[in-house]
Amino acid sequence: MAALTLARLQPKLLAPIDLEIGAGELVFISGPSGAGKSLLLRAIVDLDPSQGEVLIDAQSRSLIPAPEWRRRVGLLPAETGWWADQVGAHFATSPAEPAQASAMATPAGAVDATPTQGGSPDEAAQVEGDQLGITRLARLLARLGFQPDVLDWDVQRLSTGERQRLALARLLVNGPEVLLLDEATANLDPSNRAQAEQLIDDYRRQRRAAVLWASHDPDQRWRLAQAAGGRCFVIEAGRLQAESSA
Amino acid sequence: MDLISLSPFDLALASGLVLLLAALSWRLHLGIERRILIAAARSTVQLALLGLVLKALFASTDPLLIWLLALMMLSVAGWEVMARQRRRFRGAWGYGIGALSMFLSSFSITVLALTVIIGVTPWYQPQYLIPLLGMLLGNTMNGIAVALDGLTRQTWEGRNRIEAQLLLGATWSEAIADIRRDALRAGLIPITNAMATAGIVSLPGMMTGQILAGSPPMEAAKYQLLIMFLIASGTGLGSVAAVWIGARRLFDGRHRLRLERLRTARG
Repeated sequence: MAALTLARLQPKLLAPIDLEIGAGELVFISGPSGAGKSLLLRAIVDLDPSQGEVLIDAQSRSLIPAPEWRRRVGLLPAETGWWADQVGAHFATSPAEPAQASAMATPAGAVDATPTQGGSPDEAAQVEGDQLGITRLARLLARLGFQPDVLDWDVQRLSTGERQRLALARLLVNGPEVLLLDEATANLDPSNRAQAEQLIDDYRRQRRAAVLWASHDPDQRWRLAQAAGGRCFVIEAGRLQAESSA
Repeated sequence: MDLISLSPFDLALASGLVLLLAALSWRLHLGIERRILIAAARSTVQLALLGLVLKALFASTDPLLIWLLALMMLSVAGWEVMARQRRRFRGAWGYGIGALSMFLSSFSITVLALTVIIGVTPWYQPQYLIPLLGMLLGNTMNGIAVALDGLTRQTWEGRNRIEAQLLLGATWSEAIADIRRDALRAGLIPITNAMATAGIVSLPGMMTGQILAGSPPMEAAKYQLLIMFLIASGTGLGSVAAVWIGARRLFDGRHRLRLERLRTARG
């Protein structure tokens, strides 16, 4: 569980931003394309240089090594990147650090998107960590509508929507404490979108993860923000403002 | 067997063949006739000048002059590497990475060969030093240019795949590892192929020269081997250095990919 705080964070093109997102809170941002939504998210994960500070709980970004920061504050970019030929190869890298994984162990019964040694500690001790990781991943993929054999698929042959869903699985299995989503469901058909929304919602509640979601879909923003008691912001003329509930 | 001196008329005949090639390019609209002619003219002037300079240098054996010539060769090679980059590093890095890695590899290996392997006294005797250095620089230059170009081009095109790895918590070194490996491999392929086919398909240039100049074939073969080994290690060392420095320069201390450190391609 983690809260995210932006303190005078200034990405390119934007005025300095102050924003607090509590643990388990859902916040939407919108704005015309080119307004700087993606730049804001990239600045938070420290992929672009920016002024100002970002904190996860009380920990300052500048004191955390960048790779660890990006594991803890996970960004799902609008355009997903793939570096190997087969889907499965993208799930093997960057395992969560063991110390961190055990610190975030989920309560028994909380299944699905847990990147940690899922299930109760007793259960975890009984089963090989590897096997557990595989079943957890399979469960995660199943919730997004994939069979386990998707891992053998050729990346070249994936559709945009399949890439987006697999990128979401790849990110969640990494176990980020904060989720930044850039048009996470933009290319999905209604049933896949519902599955992805449900998965993200479960992850947010079970892990008490702060979620910052850039979405251009007003219906989605209104619907999910209503259900989760979330807030909506809009970027206009380089400033982040509360979205009027019109 | 005596050396048969070439007359200007002999060279003019050979240059006629290049003119023919240029005419062919013009006729077939290949569009490279200008470049062929300029390159041929450049090599004529440069080699004639080098012949004159070496003649004077062999007579004097002044270390300062030798150093000057060596540095000039290096700076031109550095320039050549930079000019061959489609997306080169901005600022001094564009020149510096190529020149530094060539300096590290070519100079150290030349000195090693002169002092330890061939055992020339004094080691900077220009008759050995200049040709050796020239062979090494010329070949490492090619390797480094190909490797660096591969690194910057693939990184530019592969921004998404690199950043995807960074986003999942990879370090800069992990994120660029496969591109770095590809770039190195590309830089080393020409010399590897040259070694593999030497003597079967091609008679290497230096051995040809020595045989034409009247050396016993076995001596020529031994020198050629020496040169090939030196070139291979020089190219390898230089490419590794260039790709390593270049890859590091593409990222900053916070493991961000900094593509703005590359120039955008011209034309």
